[in-house]
Amino acid sequence: MSELPILSLMLAIPTVAAILCLLLEAKPARQVALAATLADLALGIALWANFDIGGAQWQFVERADLFGRFQWALGVDGVAMMLIVLSTFLMPLCILASWESIKQRVGLYMAMFLIMEVIMIGVFAAQDLLLFYIFFEGVLIPMYLIIGIWGGQNRIYAAFKFFLYTLLGSVLMLVAMIAMIREAGTTEIPVLLNYDFPPEMQTWLWLAFFASMAVKMPMWPVHTWLPDAHVQAPTAGSMILAGVLLKMGSYGFLRFMMPMFPDASAQFMWLVFALSMIAVVYTSLVALVQSDMKKLIAYSSVAHMAIVTAGLYAFNQRGIEGALIIMLSHGVVSAALFFCVGVIYDRLHTREISRYGGLAVNMPAYSLFFMLFTMASIGLPGTSGFVGEFLSLAGIYEASSWAALACTTGIILGAAYMLYLYRRIVFGELTKDDVKAMPDIKPREWAIFVPLAAVALWMGIYPESFLAPMRGDVTTVVARLAPAKPAGDAQLAAGKPKAANAAHGDAHHAGGVQ
Amino acid sequence: MTADLALIWPELILTIGGLITLMIGAFAGDRRVGLYQAVALLVLAGAAVAVVALFGTEASVFSGTLAVDGFGGFAKLIIYAASFVCIAIAPRYFGDTMRAEYSALIVFAALGMGIMASSRDLMTLYVGLELNSLASYVLASFMRGDDRSSEAGLKYFVLGALASGILLFGISLLYGFSGTTDFAGVAAAMTGEVDIGLLFGIVFVIAGLAFKISAVPFHMWTPDVYEGAPTPVTTFFASAPKVAAMALLVRVLIDAMGAEGPALAAWQQIIIFLSLASIILGAVGAIGQKNIKRLLAYSSINNVGFMLIGLAAGTQQGVEAVLTYLLVYVVTTIGAFLFVMQLRDADGRMVESIPAYAGLSKRQPGLAAAMAVFLFSLAAIPPLFGFWPKYLVFEAAVNAGLVPLAFAGVVVSVIGAFYYIAIVKTMYFDDEAEAAIRNDGSRVEGAVIAVSALWLSVIGYLFIPMLAVAAASAASVLF
Repeated sequence: MSELPILSLMLAIPTVAAILCLLLEAKPARQVALAATLADLALGIALWANFDIGGAQWQFVERADLFGRFQWALGVDGVAMMLIVLSTFLMPLCILASWESIKQRVGLYMAMFLIMEVIMIGVFAAQDLLLFYIFFEGVLIPMYLIIGIWGGQNRIYAAFKFFLYTLLGSVLMLVAMIAMIREAGTTEIPVLLNYDFPPEMQTWLWLAFFASMAVKMPMWPVHTWLPDAHVQAPTAGSMILAGVLLKMGSYGFLRFMMPMFPDASAQFMWLVFALSMIAVVYTSLVALVQSDMKKLIAYSSVAHMAIVTAGLYAFNQRGIEGALIIMLSHGVVSAALFFCVGVIYDRLHTREISRYGGLAVNMPAYSLFFMLFTMASIGLPGTSGFVGEFLSLAGIYEASSWAALACTTGIILGAAYMLYLYRRIVFGELTKDDVKAMPDIKPREWAIFVPLAAVALWMGIYPESFLAPMRGDVTTVVARLAPAKPAGDAQLAAGKPKAANAAHGDAHHAGGVQ
Repeated sequence: MTADLALIWPELILTIGGLITLMIGAFAGDRRVGLYQAVALLVLAGAAVAVVALFGTEASVFSGTLAVDGFGGFAKLIIYAASFVCIAIAPRYFGDTMRAEYSALIVFAALGMGIMASSRDLMTLYVGLELNSLASYVLASFMRGDDRSSEAGLKYFVLGALASGILLFGISLLYGFSGTTDFAGVAAAMTGEVDIGLLFGIVFVIAGLAFKISAVPFHMWTPDVYEGAPTPVTTFFASAPKVAAMALLVRVLIDAMGAEGPALAAWQQIIIFLSLASIILGAVGAIGQKNIKRLLAYSSINNVGFMLIGLAAGTQQGVEAVLTYLLVYVVTTIGAFLFVMQLRDADGRMVESIPAYAGLSKRQPGLAAAMAVFLFSLAAIPPLFGFWPKYLVFEAAVNAGLVPLAFAGVVVSVIGAFYYIAIVKTMYFDDEAEAAIRNDGSRVEGAVIAVSALWLSVIGYLFIPMLAVAAASAASVLF
């Protein structure tokens, strides 16, 4: 496509900056990191702007035969492109979020974040199975160090748990990948996407991939590393973990498991739905009783991700598009919510919900932003959360009305725990002296909140900008899944709209209930 | 005969050079440390050059007892390079106790290992192995005044002698039932149904060699010897002899016992058992270790297990994987032991206890980062290069139909990762230890550490095409 190897450049800039940061003192390291992430953001926006919607499936393709057995093969479709843009968008905000709160070993910290950025972009851009695996698993090292060095009280336990859980999942996937490469005789992802693996082999491959992706996602019951990792990680670590790393799991579902193993995917639909249904309701209930803000938001992430898996496994255009929008929306909103926690944590150094209260009085601007993101997380119309949840639920309903029932329950519970959280922190009497002394948000925090809020609203009001590049890819996946797709249990029959009510019928159609 | 001599230049150089080193030591005494060290280094470099010059030659010399081929060449280059490093790092460690014999012994050990890697006859095999072993026993107890070193030497000697006995017994069985000591002849006797006597021979030979590569259940000596021997010697034990013994095992199994038919089935199950047992015990045994050298000993047991997965495949791809693994492992392990040698406490003693590394990353960021690279690489976490050889052995196993073995291997590798990242945790997450550790390394050692760490970081992937060609041409000799 483009003359400029833009994806390689996006990987090279943070790499060079990371090496520089290791050698620099705290202050210049921060500046270098910010400059590099901003440069990558600019490239990310250029990527989006130059993406040819409706053009070739794979764009910005690069091939270099560097490694003999596998290739330096990069390229993006719409889904990967949007996730890369999300990563580059969140990175400068993460750097800004840790501008003052990280005081120890700043150079190493910034280097780790920049390496994370390289790895995240690499995961989404890799077009070679082994290259993908190297990036996918490479995320363990920087995240382990970020949680372990700059984390909270119980950081070592959390770091080990994160590392070993995710590693155990990934290695099983590695064996599956070897078997795939042997069977198909290639490591090229675009070729593998259209390779028909024998159905009985698909079952095993699907299970091995599922082990990996379910942990990364994370799905119930292997989600337990997530609350620990989130709670212990520094604010920016949680932001990137929730914002992008969790998307690697759902990306794996969409990129590998569904198009490569369509028969097995159909075969295990019940499993994915069952786990998602349990996860939505169970983790929402768990979130209700949390006394730690970060833990609450971490459980809400698990619930949201469960709607993503259910939406993906609806096997229809609406469900998958909705799941993708939830992925992007959750990337922005959960990062924002973790930053909301970080802002008050920096002031009071506690995550106990009961230690706060009445912030609306002395932190009005903060309260406003916090409310916006709370609403976005609940899925209020006009915010990004609504679009994704509505679309995916419509899609899920077509596939299974029971799953849709459970997921909607989860959304109601989601409103309950988020509003309850908001009430306890922002409303009520401002009684505690140390809380009274908390100043409202500073310019640096404004600079983080405003872009996040703008994107959350943009995605809610005009989601087409985000959906358009991805629509073609979703159609491809749906077409690939079509032969294996089981009939949904919702016996939908198109109604016969009366002439006068034609407009009404169209609205229904767009909503998904045909 | 004369024509044969022209093909064994590496061995000739080592023999004559080793004797010269010994002579210099005997006449000049222990004062001229630099001189005999330089001679030994030159000798090893010369031998390596001779190996390179002989690349592409494929011949069988001295009535078919010794092979000159790419496989032996590949192994010899790694062996000589590792021996080179182990001589170069020694003087600073030993200080005044450095003796001429150290360099000479390593040269002789390297000679023995070269013969092991290229033997094509059960007798040459044994001669090479014993030459290496005898030199190693002395090296293990090189610090005569130190109890631990003497104990290590004695343990190594007694158990090594036992293993040699087992090996010899196996050799005698193979000879008795096949009527020849030639690998090709033994292989010929193995076609068709494997005789029970030959089967016993296989078991005993493998048991004897398993001792040398310290595969479970013949690993007991490893932690004690690694801990007790002087660190440069431990570095040596963990690198070069592993290569030689593994190369020998590969050659014996593929060449003398056959890569197909019932003979393959006979030895394959033994290797699968050894490999799984080594991986599991190496991983579990390392968890409780507080001494870094003991821990690295268990790590080497664990790694040998992974190499054996490649060997168990019994295919050319498997052998290529083993060779690549050996190279990467040697680089990693030399780097890790060099790291151990860098750190000394206030009294100038080596710091070998892992808890003493607490907070090292703050005082010695570069050194800690290099060690972190070695450890993550040993744990095979991509994007570090240690991932690649592990991938290759698993690939070989899956392609040979050993999927359950590959599954078991990857799952246990997670247990192994635990203790590697536990050291990273000590260096990076813990508060600084009270007793100050200083970095007492020389520039040369620092450079070796830096180069190996860089190579094991992503840069190594660029060498894959080169490595693949080298390993393929080496492994193709056996098939």
